[in-house]
Amino acid sequence: MFDLTGKNALITGASGGIGADIARKLHAQGATVGLSGTRTEPLEALKAELGERAHVLPCNLSDMEAVDALPKQAAEAMGSVDILVNNAGITRDNLFMRMSDDEWNSVLNVNLTATFKLCKGVMRGMMKARWGRIVNISSVVGATGNPGQANYAASKAGVVGMSKSLAYEVASRGITVNAVAPGFITTAMTDKLTDEQKSGIMGQIPAGRMGDPDEIAAAVVYLSSAEAAYVTGTTLHVNGGMAML
Amino acid sequence: MSDVADRVKKIVVEHLSVEEDKVTENASFIDDLGADSLDTVELVMAFEEEFGIEIPDDAAENIQTVGDAVKFIKEAS
Repeated sequence: MFDLTGKNALITGASGGIGADIARKLHAQGATVGLSGTRTEPLEALKAELGERAHVLPCNLSDMEAVDALPKQAAEAMGSVDILVNNAGITRDNLFMRMSDDEWNSVLNVNLTATFKLCKGVMRGMMKARWGRIVNISSVVGATGNPGQANYAASKAGVVGMSKSLAYEVASRGITVNAVAPGFITTAMTDKLTDEQKSGIMGQIPAGRMGDPDEIAAAVVYLSSAEAAYVTGTTLHVNGGMAML
Repeated sequence: MSDVADRVKKIVVEHLSVEEDKVTENASFIDDLGADSLDTVELVMAFEEEFGIEIPDDAAENIQTVGDAVKFIKEAS
């Protein structure tokens, strides 16, 4: 089940905690992986760990010209892009009343606009192939909201609406577009939370623990597989029960 | 029919699975040949590849009939 042999997957944010595990799991299922991220060093380290079937594709997603170029670079390196995982995301938290235009725009640009452009960039190849899988990483806060994260929550809710709209348009071409919405996962991003914030969060999670990155990766593998061909436009919430949506 | 028109016709017949004699110059992709909006996007992609040209989005919107496509391609190539 979930064999991805012969499929080429582009993963953004592959230098981060969740992205690296997504790349590992897709690779373990037989896919060739294009590892994209801003920092080259961790990408090279991941490539060395994975061995064959791995390519490093550095890209700063706040640089829109670089974003436009990435799908082409990935297709040149791997031969095609059959699976796109838009995992990269940034936060720039602030109280809504204090949030600057720059904080708003930079988060929307990377989390939503770059996702839009990458989806668009891989669509031609997927339409021709009559097969494609797009998995956009959203967040539980896109559905529930979160104080201090108006920009992040808006971008992650936007990803869901965009994914559904695109899913409608391309479903007849064998392309599925889904979202995975992680809850609180142990990564560098959630390490920044204070102990007080963490204990507050823990009280809201029925599972009583934070999630592991590989639990997100497993959801991505499923949605990338041939077996999930009839699943499109959905959001798979992986959050230990903290929001049962 | 010119060479361009023949090649356009062939692409349309293959892509939309329609009878060749229905693909006339004035035939509208959507109204006469049963294309949906995404089919028209794919047709434009196929024309771009067949003729080695680029069809910008605003021009693509104006290509609604077989004749429109032939005219655009002749001017562009």
